[in-house]
Amino acid sequence: MATTVEPAKAVTQPKMINLTIEGRPVSVPEGMSILEAAKHAGVLIPHYCYHPGLPVAGVCRMCLVEVEKAPKLAPSCATTVAEGQVVHVHSAQSREARKGVLEMLLINHPLDCPICDQSGECELQDYTFQEGRQDSRYQEPKRFNPVEDFGGDVLYVPNRCILCTRCVRFMDDVAHDTVLNVSERGDRAVIGKFEGKDLTHPWAGNVVDLCPVGALLSKDFLNKARSWDVTRTASVCPGCSQGCSMTVETRDNMVVRLRPRPNDSVNEYFMCDYGRLNYRWMNRQDRIEAPMIRRDNALAATDWETAIPAAAQALKGKRVYVAASPNLSNEALFLLSRLVKLNGGAGGFAVETGPEAPLPGVEDLALRADRAANGKGAELLGFVRGDSSLAGMQNGDVLIVAQDELTLIRDGELARASAVIVIGAILPEIARHAMVVLPTANCTEEEGTFTNLRGRVQRFMQAKAAPGMARPTWWVLSDLLAALGEKTGYFLPSEAFGALAAAHPHFAGMTYDSLGMRGLPVIQHQLPGVGGTA
Amino acid sequence: MGFPHPSHERETPVLSKHFGNHEAIGLEGWRKQGGYQALQKALAMQPGEIVDIVKASGLRGRGGAGFPTGMKWSFMKPGDGKPHYLCCNADESEPGTFKDREIMRWTPHALVEGCAIGAYAIGAETAYIYIRGEFTEPLERMRTAVKEAYAAGILGPNAMGSGKRVDVHVHKGAGAYICGEETALMNSLEGRRGNPRIKPPFPAVAGLFGQPTTINNVETLVAVPHILMHGADWYKAMSLSSPKSTGSKLFSVCGNIARPGNYEVVMGFPFKDFLYDLCGGPPKGRTFKAVIPGGASVPIQTMEEAEATKMDYEGFVEQGTMLGSGGVIVIDDQQCMVKQIARLARFFAHESCAQCTQCREGTAWTTKIMERIRDGEGTAQDLDTLLSIADNMTGKTICVLSDSCAVPVVSGIKKFRGEFEALIKKTTYHPVMAAVA
Repeated sequence: MATTVEPAKAVTQPKMINLTIEGRPVSVPEGMSILEAAKHAGVLIPHYCYHPGLPVAGVCRMCLVEVEKAPKLAPSCATTVAEGQVVHVHSAQSREARKGVLEMLLINHPLDCPICDQSGECELQDYTFQEGRQDSRYQEPKRFNPVEDFGGDVLYVPNRCILCTRCVRFMDDVAHDTVLNVSERGDRAVIGKFEGKDLTHPWAGNVVDLCPVGALLSKDFLNKARSWDVTRTASVCPGCSQGCSMTVETRDNMVVRLRPRPNDSVNEYFMCDYGRLNYRWMNRQDRIEAPMIRRDNALAATDWETAIPAAAQALKGKRVYVAASPNLSNEALFLLSRLVKLNGGAGGFAVETGPEAPLPGVEDLALRADRAANGKGAELLGFVRGDSSLAGMQNGDVLIVAQDELTLIRDGELARASAVIVIGAILPEIARHAMVVLPTANCTEEEGTFTNLRGRVQRFMQAKAAPGMARPTWWVLSDLLAALGEKTGYFLPSEAFGALAAAHPHFAGMTYDSLGMRGLPVIQHQLPGVGGTA
Repeated sequence: MGFPHPSHERETPVLSKHFGNHEAIGLEGWRKQGGYQALQKALAMQPGEIVDIVKASGLRGRGGAGFPTGMKWSFMKPGDGKPHYLCCNADESEPGTFKDREIMRWTPHALVEGCAIGAYAIGAETAYIYIRGEFTEPLERMRTAVKEAYAAGILGPNAMGSGKRVDVHVHKGAGAYICGEETALMNSLEGRRGNPRIKPPFPAVAGLFGQPTTINNVETLVAVPHILMHGADWYKAMSLSSPKSTGSKLFSVCGNIARPGNYEVVMGFPFKDFLYDLCGGPPKGRTFKAVIPGGASVPIQTMEEAEATKMDYEGFVEQGTMLGSGGVIVIDDQQCMVKQIARLARFFAHESCAQCTQCREGTAWTTKIMERIRDGEGTAQDLDTLLSIADNMTGKTICVLSDSCAVPVVSGIKKFRGEFEALIKKTTYHPVMAAVA
C-alpha cells in the first residue's frame, strides 16, 4: 500500500536565495517577492493592494521597505529577493513612509468606524492604530460619493475606498468577468461598474472578503454583527462536493456569515456565493430536541436511555437499509456502514444537483453540480448512489433515515420498509411512520470530516451548540452499535475516525492530527481516477 | 527659428529650419528639402552601424530624462524571436512645452523618417507614433504624411526599394498627461487605462504588448536623420557643451516674455542671452521674477540662478533645476508665485492617474492647501505641512508625477517663502479679504 498521501509532483528544486529581513536570515526560492519572503522570516510587512491570490499591482505604496544599497524605498510586493539583500521593515525611514501613506489614506476617509461593518477586521484601522498618526493635519472638506449597489450581494461605499484595486483585479484576472474598473482620475477616482454590468458572477462575493477596508460590504451580512461579537470556527463548506475550506462565524449560537479559509489544495482564498449564502438551514429552529419513541400510535419524547435500546430492539436480527444523507460526516457514514455489515442489508444516497460554476482563474475550483459535501465519502464507505434515496431498499427492510429529508424518493418506495428509524436534526415527513427518532447535531454543531470530489479528506469543527438533547451523529450511532453488541467505546470524534482509518484502506494511517486544517487526499492507488490537485 | 517669430541670428535651426514653411509639409516639398535621403542611407547600412553613430553623436533623450539614445537603442536585442516595437512619444503634455507640436505640424515627414530609421536601427518591425489627444492638427498632418509615405513606397514591405520592411502607425491618445509617461503610454496604446507600470521590467525587456520596446521622444527621433547625414562629429561639434550635452535643442518659451515661441539653440547656450536677447526680455515695464525652464515638473529658478545657467543637461542641474522637456515658463514681477504654484499643483492633481496613494491624495491635498493660502486663508503650519506632504510624495511612487507636483511647491517655498508668508500673515492686499474686512 502506498504511504505517500500528497500527490507526487515533478518539482525541480528551485534555486534558493539567502537574505536578511529585520535581522533574521531567511532562505527562499528565487523569484519570490520580499513581502512573501518576510512572511517566511516571521515579519509582516503592512500592505493593502497586495494579495497572494491576485496579480501584483504595487499601488498602495504601504509595503515600502528599506533595502540596503538601494537608492530609494522599494515596494516589497513588487521587488524580488536578491542574494545578500538586507531589508529593514521597521526602520525609521520605512515607518515614516507608512505613516505618510496612512495619513493620506485617511484624509478623505469618513472615519465612520462606529457604524462600519468592517470595523474590527479592517486593515486600515489596524495599521493606523499600529503606526499611524494620532491626529490629521487635513483641514479641508472631505471628498464625498454616495453608496452604490454593485449588484449581487455587494454594496460599495466609495468614501471608505482606498483604491487598492483588489476587487478590480479579482474580477478581471480570477473571475474573468470584467465588471469593475477604476473610474476617473486623481482624488476623484472611484471603483466603477461597467455600464450594464453587475457583480452577479457566481464568485463575485469574494470581492467583499478581498476588500481590506469597509468599502465593499455584503448586503447579507450588513449590520448583523460587529466583528468582535462573532466566534470563528474552522470548517468545510457543505454546499457542494468541492469542499472549500471555510470559517463559520457565529454570534449567540447563530451562524451569521460563512467566509473562505485559505487552502491552496482546494479553494486558495475563495468561496462561491452559493456556498457563502447557504447557511440559513444551519440556524433552523424547528429542530428535534429530544429522542422520541412511538407510544399509543404517536411519537412521544423520551430520554436517550430509553430511545437507544428501543432502536436496538427494532433492529435486532433485521436486515437494514440506510438512506444516508451525502452531508453526513465520514465518521457517521462509517458507523452506519458497520450497522449494515452487522445486520445485513444495504445503504444508499441521492444527491441534489445544480449547474456547475467554475472560477476560471483557479485550477480545478468550481461550484460543483453535486450540491452535497460528502458524496465521495459515502461512495468510499460502500453507499450506493442512486437517483432516489431509497433505490436499493428491499421489501421488509428496516429503514434507517440518517439526516436525509427524503426529498428525492419515488412514489410507493416507502411502502417497502417494514419499520422506520429516523436519525437526524430535522423531522422529515416520513417521521409519521417512525418507531424511534434519534435527534442529532447538524454539521455545524459537531466535529467530523468530509471527503471532497477529488478525494481530499478535510476536518470541520463544531461551531455552535446543538439544541436540547441532540447529540453528534457519530455518538448516537456509536451508542446504537454498542446496544447491538458491537465494540465501540468512542469518546471523541477522533476515536471514531481512528476506527474508520483502521478499517478502511482509503483512510489508512490518517488521524485528525495528520489531516491538519487543510486535509489529505485518500490513498491514491486504491482509488483509480481520483487525483488532481484537490 | 523662434517660430512664429523670424529666426534670430544666434539660433541654430536644424530641426526647426522649416517651421512656417508650408512647402515642407507635403511629401514632394519635403523631398525637395532633402528629405528621406537619410532613410535611404540608413537602409543601406547595418542596423548596428546606425546605433553606433547615434551613440557616438552623444544624442540624449529630449523628452526630459536625457538618457543617451544610442545606449537605449543598444538594449534591444534583435533576433531573439520576439516582436520588437519602437514607440514615438508624441504625447507632448508637459505644461509649457510645444516643440513636438511644431515639429509635427511643419515637418511631419521628418518624424516619419526618424521613426523609420529608429525602427530599422533597433530591429523593430513596427513603430507607433502616440500623439496627444488634443493635437488635432498635428495628428492630421502625421496621418497624411504616413499615408503619403506608404503610397510612395517609403514605408511598407519594401521600404524605399531596400527590400526591408518598415511599418509606422499613428495612434491618437485620449488626452491624459500621464500617457506621456512611457509605460502609461504603452498601456494606453494597448487599449488599457493609461496607468504607469512598475519598473522593472523595463520596456527594453517587456514593453508594448509585453515585448521588447524602445520609446523615444519626437525631437530625439527627428534629430537622428541629421546625425546620419552629417555625422556624429558634426553633431557634437555644434554644441558648446560637448561631449556631455551635444547637438541643438528646441526650447518652447511662454509666459511673461516679449516674444514667446519655439527657439532652437545649441547645447550650452547662455540662458541669460536666450531670455533677454532671443526672446526679447520681459514685457515692457516689467522685470523677470522666476523661470521654470524645463516644463512644469522641474524646480523653479530665481532670476539669479537662471541668468547664471548654461542651457544643457548639466548646466540646469548646476543651477538647481533640470533641462526637462525644454518648456521655458517665464514669470514676471506682476505675478503671485503662490497663485502660479497653486495652478501647477491643480494641474498635477487633475492628471494623477490615481494608482499610488501618495500621488492620488497628496496632489489633491497640496492643491487644496495651496489654494487656501492663495485665498488668504493660510495658517502658520501650512508651509511645514506642505513640505512634509511633498516629502511623502517624493521618490515613493511608481512614476514621477507625484514628485513633479512636489517640485514646484518645495522650490517655490524655498525660493519665494516671503510671498507665502505675506499671504498667510495677510500683509498682502487681497480683494476677497479686503471685502470681508
